[in-house]
Amino acid sequence: MTETNARKVLDFEKPVDELQRRIERLKRDGTSSAGEIARLKEKLSELENKVYRDLSAWDRVQLARHPMRPTALDYIGCICDEFEELHGDRYFADDPALIGGLAKISGIPFMVIGQEKGRSTKEKIARNFGMVKPDGYRKSLRLMKLAEKFGLPILSLVDTQGAHPGIEAEERGQPRAIADNLKEVFGIATPIIVVVIGEGGSGGALAIAVGDSILMLEHAIYSVITPEGCAAILWKTREKAPDAAAALRLTSGDCLELGVIDGIIEEVHGAAHRDLEGNAARIRDAVLAEHEKLGKVPPDGLLKLREEKFYAMGQFEEG
Amino acid sequence: MSWLNRAKRGIKTWRKKDIPDGLWEKCPSCGEILYRKELDRQLSVCKKCDFHFRINAPAYLDILADASTFSEMDTALVSGDPLEFKDSKKYKDRVKAAIKKTGRNSAIMTGTAEIGGRPVLLAIMDFSFMGGSMGSVVGEKIVRAAKKAVEERRPLVIVTASGGARMQESILSLMQMSKTSAAIASVSRAGLPYIAILTNPTTGGVAASFAFQGDIIIAEPKAMIGFAGPRVIKETTGEELPDGFQRSEFLLDHGMIDIVASRQKLKTTLVYILDSLMSGASVRVEEDNQENDRKTISLIW
Ligand SMILES: [Zn+2]
Repeated sequence: MTETNARKVLDFEKPVDELQRRIERLKRDGTSSAGEIARLKEKLSELENKVYRDLSAWDRVQLARHPMRPTALDYIGCICDEFEELHGDRYFADDPALIGGLAKISGIPFMVIGQEKGRSTKEKIARNFGMVKPDGYRKSLRLMKLAEKFGLPILSLVDTQGAHPGIEAEERGQPRAIADNLKEVFGIATPIIVVVIGEGGSGGALAIAVGDSILMLEHAIYSVITPEGCAAILWKTREKAPDAAAALRLTSGDCLELGVIDGIIEEVHGAAHRDLEGNAARIRDAVLAEHEKLGKVPPDGLLKLREEKFYAMGQFEEG
Repeated sequence: MSWLNRAKRGIKTWRKKDIPDGLWEKCPSCGEILYRKELDRQLSVCKKCDFHFRINAPAYLDILADASTFSEMDTALVSGDPLEFKDSKKYKDRVKAAIKKTGRNSAIMTGTAEIGGRPVLLAIMDFSFMGGSMGSVVGEKIVRAAKKAVEERRPLVIVTASGGARMQESILSLMQMSKTSAAIASVSRAGLPYIAILTNPTTGGVAASFAFQGDIIIAEPKAMIGFAGPRVIKETTGEELPDGFQRSEFLLDHGMIDIVASRQKLKTTLVYILDSLMSGASVRVEEDNQENDRKTISLIW
């Protein structure tokens, strides 16, 4: 995909984009009647429903990775009344791929953490495309423990292709950092709400995706490995990525059916990148509803339920 | 140049037909030709260069557990095929083939055992079963093992050997990382030791969950241990990998594991650690809970 300032459009989105441009042009010209524009807007809405609902798994992977798809910071900007970012793991570094801070959502204090992919090319590089290093996972654990200490609920926004694969990441204990998060989270006695907003990639995503309410945006994906990685190993060629995407059952609908998430947040106007504010509002409403539900459970009850929730995951036969 | 010299220089001209099948084994590290029976006596460790050959779960059981003390649990658990996954082969057929090849139903054995007379809950992964990959069955067996360990106040010992998550179970296999982590957390809360023994290889989802959650982490020499595979790291970063990267000794140098122990020393090391940690635990429990727990301890430990 070429990186320009113009809006980026996937092939299957073209009809929607063309109609939208036409409406914008007509509005600018001021020659069309209000009725005509209203009619076209209705048509646009129908087209959105059609184009973004009838998608292959591979199309959904493209949507989840859409260059214009909102990132964690986009949503934080919309859903939080205030946000004070907190930095650093207190051991080695501040990982810009993993952000966190004290937020207020509709007046309720939250600790928000998330993977941030970055928006401009420059920012993407600075944020390592949302691929977190051990320092980032240690930062997230520090913030989660801080939240528990002061009784704040946690909102985690998941969006990464996977943990950073690199020499220094391994030297500083990437497996240990992820393993630590996965273990410690079962002792963090405060409500944890997780929203997979884009890519839920592998252990690198899971490290901040264990919680009490686990939601996915409609077009987010969640998988043990990227379709490309899976294709390279099992089909011996990355070109089979679309087949792997279908086989991996990585869409929000699949994940709900397989019992690994609790709910799906439907995306308005077809897809999140077409209406940031509208979609952010949906996330906020879902988070507040979950927060209210979880607020009724005492903290040790939360831990018990969290454990049972994950003990129940998996399918096997017992002869 | 004789073939032996060529082998020493790492030139692969050696062919299997040069040597009678099964009687002899060539060390992939130093090229030494080893007599199979002697190699077995050496626990499949090369006498010349200390290379640790890969061995399966029953072989580790022989090495670690006291004779006839192992009582295996949950042997009937087998993989379902929740995703009806098919690549070049059906997942169902891959599992069937692995069961046929290994004579076991899954990539892990779990059960109660004694090690040097000390009761433990022992779990051993098996690389020969689909690369030791972790799917729903491995996850469930670890949870059940942890529950039994807590119930009977036994320390938990897990021998890991795994390339990571089982792709054919996709998201469900990913969730086994958190499921097993919950189980390890419960053992931790019960104040029981969990010793992880990392063998070649321990990577991906197993490394990033229970393998690195041990109170004590022991690794066999030169085992490949890490999260991302070296090829992926090279492709993604374009960096040259340093010598010995992601090997046990490298992890020891970087403070990631406690001990590198050769296979011959695994059992004695384990017994010493169990003794040390359990003496601490018993003192603490006796102080806290008097009669009941004291009885449990004198009964079991
Ligand atoms: Zn050798």
